[in-house]
Amino acid sequence: MKALMAQTKMELMLTLRQFEGMLITVIFPPVLLIFFAGIGVKPSSADRPIDFLLPGMLALAVMSTGLVSLSIRTAYERNYGVLKRLGSTPLSRGQLLIAKIISVIAVDILDIIILIGIAYFLFDWHPTGALPIAIFALILGTATFSSFGLMLAGSVRPETTLAAANTLFFLFLLLGGIAWPLDKLPSFLSIPARIFPSSAFADALRDSLAKNPSFSLWNILILAAWGVVTLVIASRTFRWE
Amino acid sequence: MVETGEKSTNTLHDAISVRSLVKSYGERRAVDELSFSVWRGEIFALLGPNGAGKTTTVEMLEGYRTPDAGEVRVLGLDPIRDGAELKQRIGVMLQSAGVYPTVTPLEILNLFHDFYRDAEDPKKLIELVGLEESANTRFRQLSGGQQRRLALASALIGKPELLFLDEPTTAMDPQARHMTWEILQTLRDRGLTILLTTHFMEEAERLADRVAIIDHGRLLALEEPRVLTQTSAEEVQFTGPAGLDTALLSRLPSAHGAREERPGFYVMQTARPLDLLVELTSWGRDRGILLNDLRVGHESLEEVFLRLTGHELRE
Repeated sequence: MKALMAQTKMELMLTLRQFEGMLITVIFPPVLLIFFAGIGVKPSSADRPIDFLLPGMLALAVMSTGLVSLSIRTAYERNYGVLKRLGSTPLSRGQLLIAKIISVIAVDILDIIILIGIAYFLFDWHPTGALPIAIFALILGTATFSSFGLMLAGSVRPETTLAAANTLFFLFLLLGGIAWPLDKLPSFLSIPARIFPSSAFADALRDSLAKNPSFSLWNILILAAWGVVTLVIASRTFRWE
Repeated sequence: MVETGEKSTNTLHDAISVRSLVKSYGERRAVDELSFSVWRGEIFALLGPNGAGKTTTVEMLEGYRTPDAGEVRVLGLDPIRDGAELKQRIGVMLQSAGVYPTVTPLEILNLFHDFYRDAEDPKKLIELVGLEESANTRFRQLSGGQQRRLALASALIGKPELLFLDEPTTAMDPQARHMTWEILQTLRDRGLTILLTTHFMEEAERLADRVAIIDHGRLLALEEPRVLTQTSAEEVQFTGPAGLDTALLSRLPSAHGAREERPGFYVMQTARPLDLLVELTSWGRDRGILLNDLRVGHESLEEVFLRLTGHELRE
């Protein structure tokens, strides 16, 4: 227990010290939220831009923590031999993984507080919808994108992980229904974009936070499927050194 | 096939016991039927060139790799099956330090401190390895030698009974290297068992109680360095300018013969080595020839290695 706490503290400290990671996970989503809400992007189905954008930015924040921050940090730790060195200490791999997950969840919670605070104070957003479904979707999204991140971190050079994570991040951001509604994309882009984990995640959040909330089974299944596939690949290909 | 210096097969008294250990990578046998024991309280050196199988062997003892065949016991435990218990009792220094670049020595030692049931005070270890002034410097800003010293401190944090050191003094300046040797000798005197791999002959010769020479995954010799380097007292060796007249040398009154083994390295046979030393030095003085490294019946470890493996130890 002492070992797990110490490692969790270290993971949090490392997260805070990784400037690029903090930029993309903690600063970028609120900036985008303010920017897009300011210019008033919304699909025809939503009443106000903030109702469309807040769930999207929550999805973006969760996505960036697992897909970008976790993957790049882990890939470099493997490259520096840190994961190998930890392997000869009494800290177990399970404990290391739990510590990483806790640090991801902590950053996610920080993000969620910041984003909801901005929506509430600047854009007059009030909580509506089915909160338990939204929380379920956030937990599932955290798991899926953390698996995605570990898959990217597990077997290639850290430079490759960095490039892949950033590319996927921007692809999901631009085409994945996060900041730009899918129905405003041309159909040759919007059709594949519907099965992106980002659009499934953002739509599941939107449906649960809508005035008439619903449980979007299809989106939850897509998100869960991505989670299972990436987790299986990650656990089969992950190398500790 | 080789005298391994085994005393007994009593694994209770051995810190490490290895029997017929085999590990292959594809077609290549990295470790080939290796057997040896490390006794409690000794410094044991694995000496060999790059690719000899040293690191692979050590990593099987540490539980990183599973042997293909053979038996391994470390502190009486199986490194794979009893890994959790074993890791409380060993300390490991790998070739790469494995420290987060943005973390300071004090922070990493405080972290490792919390992994162990019974741990050393991080500040004491910082002092021991002489990193007081860099205790709060981020790892990536430390020099190569400082990084190695931190790796040593991190191997000691769990108060280990057994210490694994893979090339411990590589990248250290001579001063840090001598300090490290002193630390290791002090630890050994306190009862710690140390297994180290090295390609520094001087390190093995000065530090190790016993040296195992391995090449191509096989054990070639296992002895105290003193014994390994002791050859017949009927020989006198020295170095000097290349191309001395060996016929002239062998006519010295106490000499039975002389040969130039390598350019500038001479070996002479004698029944009266002390007399020959006197004759040789005056012979050299008369001709203005400086003779160095005059030794009676002693090979350097480097020469032993060359003789056993047929190639020089270079990495």
